[in-house]
Amino acid sequence: MTVNWSKYSAPTAFYPLAGRLIPWFSVMAVALMGVGLYMGFFVAPTDFQQGESYRIIFVHVPAAWMSMFLYVVMAIWAGVGMGLNARLSFMMAQAIAPTGAMFTFLALLTGAMWGKPTWGAWWVWDARLTSELILLFQYAGVMLLRTSIDDLRRADRSSAVFALVGVVNVPIIYYSVQWWNTLHQGASVSMSTGSKMAATMLMAMLIMTIAFWLYSIAVILARVRCIVVERDSLPVWDEKPAVSQEVVEVR
Amino acid sequence: MNRSSMWEAVSGIVKRDLLLAMRRRSDAAMSVFFLVIVASLFPLGVGPEPAVLRTIGPGVLWVAALLACLLSLSRVFTADYVDGALEQMVLVPQPLAVLVAGKVVAHWLISGLPVVLLSPLLGLQFGLSGDALGVLVLSLLLGTPTLSMIGAIGAALVLGVRGSGLLVALLVLPLYVPVLIFGAGAVTGSMAGVGGEANLSLLGACLVLSLFLAPWATAAALRIALE
Amino acid sequence: MLQAVGLSCRRGERRLFSDLNVKVEPGTLLAVVGENGSGKTSLLRIFSSLLPPEEGSVLWDGQDIHQLKELYAGQLTYLGHLNGIKDDLTPLENLMSATSLAGEPCSNNGAKEALEAIGLKRPIHHLPSKVLSQGQKRRVTLARLWLSTRPLWLLDEPFTSLDTASTGVVTQRLLAHVQRGGLAVLVTHQEVALPAERLQHLRLAG
Repeated sequence: MTVNWSKYSAPTAFYPLAGRLIPWFSVMAVALMGVGLYMGFFVAPTDFQQGESYRIIFVHVPAAWMSMFLYVVMAIWAGVGMGLNARLSFMMAQAIAPTGAMFTFLALLTGAMWGKPTWGAWWVWDARLTSELILLFQYAGVMLLRTSIDDLRRADRSSAVFALVGVVNVPIIYYSVQWWNTLHQGASVSMSTGSKMAATMLMAMLIMTIAFWLYSIAVILARVRCIVVERDSLPVWDEKPAVSQEVVEVR
Repeated sequence: MNRSSMWEAVSGIVKRDLLLAMRRRSDAAMSVFFLVIVASLFPLGVGPEPAVLRTIGPGVLWVAALLACLLSLSRVFTADYVDGALEQMVLVPQPLAVLVAGKVVAHWLISGLPVVLLSPLLGLQFGLSGDALGVLVLSLLLGTPTLSMIGAIGAALVLGVRGSGLLVALLVLPLYVPVLIFGAGAVTGSMAGVGGEANLSLLGACLVLSLFLAPWATAAALRIALE
Repeated sequence: MLQAVGLSCRRGERRLFSDLNVKVEPGTLLAVVGENGSGKTSLLRIFSSLLPPEEGSVLWDGQDIHQLKELYAGQLTYLGHLNGIKDDLTPLENLMSATSLAGEPCSNNGAKEALEAIGLKRPIHHLPSKVLSQGQKRRVTLARLWLSTRPLWLLDEPFTSLDTASTGVVTQRLLAHVQRGGLAVLVTHQEVALPAERLQHLRLAG
């Protein structure tokens, strides 16, 4: 059975598809989150240096990863929208922003909760936290541009340009911990060099990340459906107005 | 279209903007006055302890320069947008990104360069020594054009939008933060004896990156604003 | 030759026109008429490439203007609602700067002659434009028509704020332009006094 994907690029066709997918993703998300949190809070061993308070990283690190992933995905949809002039792409970018902002805020909040027992302060101006804060402002900028501009087409395209410009910041956040030797841990989970953490900790974090991904997909699809309803059912004066040409003979 | 007519068009824009600025001198003067006022607020608020001022000096001066640039952004495109010169510029048969770069260069010459030139005097107010003053000027010389280039993107995005003054600040300040960190870091590094070269070269990299990339984003934003 | 194929335009939530097809042959002028808000200015801006159409395309000599980009911009002179006049420059400086930017630099004398042709006498040439009346500013903009060698002219209500004499002068200039093989699209509320064989009308009902 071949699926004709391009037919789903129309918002009205995408709507029912999204509706069918949401329950699957939600259920899987809740299930995995349960597993991940259980592993993180009860199964993973106590850290030698930090005691029990370190366990917040099972929420903090996946949330930080999600904040960066989602920004890049949003920028990709923005780019596709600008390139193909596709309204659904802009709607997807519009749907992603609030969830990305939420994860950024969660990362900052849990970072502060981790920082207090570990470094003694609720907030430190180290490279990664600062650049994560900037990412939150960028999400806010994308959303504010959209709400400040009345014309839908201009709002779509302006926030797309801004999202694309801000994508430069994401690698800076990711690499900032290596470039500045600051309080933050060096990347303890990296793809190439293997991890320095106990296997269960690593497993729990990856499970939480996947759970957050599934949650994001479910929420974003639900939001896109709301956006489709909001934008596509606006009263468009679709009666074709008369265009009459009185072409005087051009000899 | 050939090379020479592109340069003619760009120099035409720069010359026209400089001529307009000379006829209305308040624009350049405002940036300078703002810088002086903001820089003076800090000793008044924080207290005149020389050691404290020397510590906060680089950061304060950099933030003041950054805010002066931010305030001047409302003058990059707005006048042209309102009187119709902007849509004529978009219809010039040359790459819009190049014309935009020229316009931002002119804007920097009017609003940014005076800030760079005045900074040593303000640095003295904060007790910065000779070396640090030199690094301060160099950091601002590399940094303020970058701020203008990035700021122009924000200015173009909010043309004609209500509440644009605050909105452009919210859009542009997150993008300014790396430049601020490198710029102030260069001066504090030089004062601490580790030298400012690392941060200055990062500033240079930011400048080159913004010179090549920002005009394209600004041109796209201008076309969107004119639709 | 300028051709619109299946153009449709939407502003906000209103569809102004759809499936519009029109051809403008060299040597003719298209007058776009209609009520306020019917989309005349939007149509002109679509022709100028400032506004992308919702559907359809505009062809210049068979090629889509959005593919041609700067090549198309070099074929037209667009005078919109806004004058494009800087208040702090004199009419002479404004005219010379505008033509030079557009890629058609003119001499000092050429600019002066153009300003005089449209009825602005020598003493006015060196005043700051902010002291000019609306009609005088409009004439500074229109003076570009005497210096333009571009084949396509897109003019949005060029006769606004002009007195009868100036309207006649501009109409004469338009006639000379189309007689040389040029094309023009005008948005106007007034009748254009051109011979019938060089004139087309397009009425937008909006």
